[in-house]
Amino acid sequence: MTTTSDTAAETARTGQDPDLAAHLLRLGDDALVLGQRLCQWITRAPTIEEDLALSNIALDLVGHARTLYTRAGGLDGTGRTEDDYAFARADREFTNALVTELPNGDFAVTVARQLVYTHYAVLYYRALADGPDPDLAGFGARAATEVAFHRRHADDWTRRLGLGTPESARRMQAGLDRVWPYTAELFEEDDLVSRLAAAGTVPGPASVRPSWEREVGEVVAGAGLTVPAPRWQARGGRDGLHLEEFGVLVAELQSVRRQFPGGTW
Amino acid sequence: MSTPGTSAVAAPQHAARQDGPPAPQDALPAHFDALIAAGETIEPRDWMPDGYRRMLLRQIAQHAHSEIIGMQPEGAWLTRAPSLHRKSVLIAKVQDEAGHGLYLYSSAETLGVDRAELLDALHRGQQRFAATFNHPALTWADTGAIAWLTDGAAVINQAPLCRTSYGPYARAMRRVCQEEAFHVRQGYDLMRALCEGTPEQKRMAQDAVDRWWLPAVALMFGPPDTEAGGADARTAALGAAVSRRAIAWGIKRHTNDELRARFVDSVVPQAERLGLTLPDPAIRWNEERGHYDFTPVDWETYRDALGDDTHWARQRIAHRRAAHEDGAWVREASAAYAAREDADGRTEEPA
Ligand SMILES: [Fe+2]
Ligand SMILES: [Fe+2]
Repeated sequence: MTTTSDTAAETARTGQDPDLAAHLLRLGDDALVLGQRLCQWITRAPTIEEDLALSNIALDLVGHARTLYTRAGGLDGTGRTEDDYAFARADREFTNALVTELPNGDFAVTVARQLVYTHYAVLYYRALADGPDPDLAGFGARAATEVAFHRRHADDWTRRLGLGTPESARRMQAGLDRVWPYTAELFEEDDLVSRLAAAGTVPGPASVRPSWEREVGEVVAGAGLTVPAPRWQARGGRDGLHLEEFGVLVAELQSVRRQFPGGTW
Repeated sequence: MSTPGTSAVAAPQHAARQDGPPAPQDALPAHFDALIAAGETIEPRDWMPDGYRRMLLRQIAQHAHSEIIGMQPEGAWLTRAPSLHRKSVLIAKVQDEAGHGLYLYSSAETLGVDRAELLDALHRGQQRFAATFNHPALTWADTGAIAWLTDGAAVINQAPLCRTSYGPYARAMRRVCQEEAFHVRQGYDLMRALCEGTPEQKRMAQDAVDRWWLPAVALMFGPPDTEAGGADARTAALGAAVSRRAIAWGIKRHTNDELRARFVDSVVPQAERLGLTLPDPAIRWNEERGHYDFTPVDWETYRDALGDDTHWARQRIAHRRAAHEDGAWVREASAAYAAREDADGRTEEPA
């Protein structure tokens, strides 16, 4: 295994850092997969305003994925483009956290999924903004600002549904219960992330967990709801072990592209 | 999206509101006529004839519904766009169309109805949308053909509406028009990429144009309203009467057939540049008229093929209704929450 200073020296010399590339792919996959799920809402939302809001959020997420994939292509030495990552990888090569691929469910499940992801993403992107890599720091600052709007949207809906009608409160609580077992994976630090964090390349996601718990705890309590205490926590997405529904999501994502080998778009 | 033709639309369900300024009863029509004659806008507070209000409401509602229903064929491809760039462009476009729907429902609301009533009328089949969208988007190239051809038709239709006589409608249309022009350029660019791609991609592009040409050229402009445009004498007389009245009131500025011809003139050279064939063998430059000739629209046949009771007409409405019904509990929660916040706000006011 290489030491931290070897890795840093290697990165400086070649501009390559396969660990960082793999980490950025995880973040990019989170954004793309969640964006893909939100695209499935468009024309099906409860109001036209929500069709508009969800498409706006999806658009930002796809934008984040594009930036992260492009950077990863420079860092892993393969020179792959954003589209190579999105359209030419197999399901098992995607490393998004499972929470981002959870099926949409009803509007409350989607709001709950947005709540847990956006609070995590704002905190983590802000932490990236303080990191040593100027490009990544710039991305973190921009993305955090955008996701802060998505977070506001999720906070508002959690409150509105939690305090709306008995039915909406019941559904919102069920939405929280549905997504909570998938939240721990966002903060997981495996060997890859531990190496990067130890080298100071990126912050470890576990570092933002206490703030995340405080923030979402406040929103959930303010909505008159209960933070679930699941007896189990799912993991696997970071290793490419996904839910069964994920195969369909990827097949749909890549279908046109795969139907026309050698096509230009 | 479109300004659909103004025929064959169910009458609005709502009594017109009369909150004009206080003035002698016979001075009001004269004031209205004077504003129209001077090319000034009519504003919601101004007196207006019932027929004017009805015609406007019908047109704006149909236009708003078309924006919303028009999201469906393209929206179905959001999850399958073949590059992240195209995906972003398509998300942004569908989002724009939702915005257009909102602007237009807002301008309809200035005529004294609310959006919920208009959506109910759409869901019950009492108000129409552009029948163009009773047509399926079968391949990725369809999203390009829709943006290039149907948004292209919309731009031609809508440019004059930026100067339409009703102020709130004209202002909504100015915002809409800029975005539509952008959609057309992006649709053309998508088609260009396919035409420059593999033979299979080019075939997909041609197939999409074959299927979307008539929906655009026929249905986006409404029925022929001149004999030259293919109407029989009686239909032409009726169509001309409707168009004349709309033109006299400054709601429309051109006949359906004039706008249709303008569209054909703009698209033919673009198709030539792309290397695509428009599926009308009669298209030919007419030196004498300074316009392209094309096959007159066989409106009856066409309307029947894509009419109100076809698979896709039912499907578009069913999709809308399902979204609306699935979201009812969310809207109820929102309303209950807002009512409660209002009540809390009042109790917190100092005594
Ligand atoms: Fe539009
Ligand atoms: Fe458009």
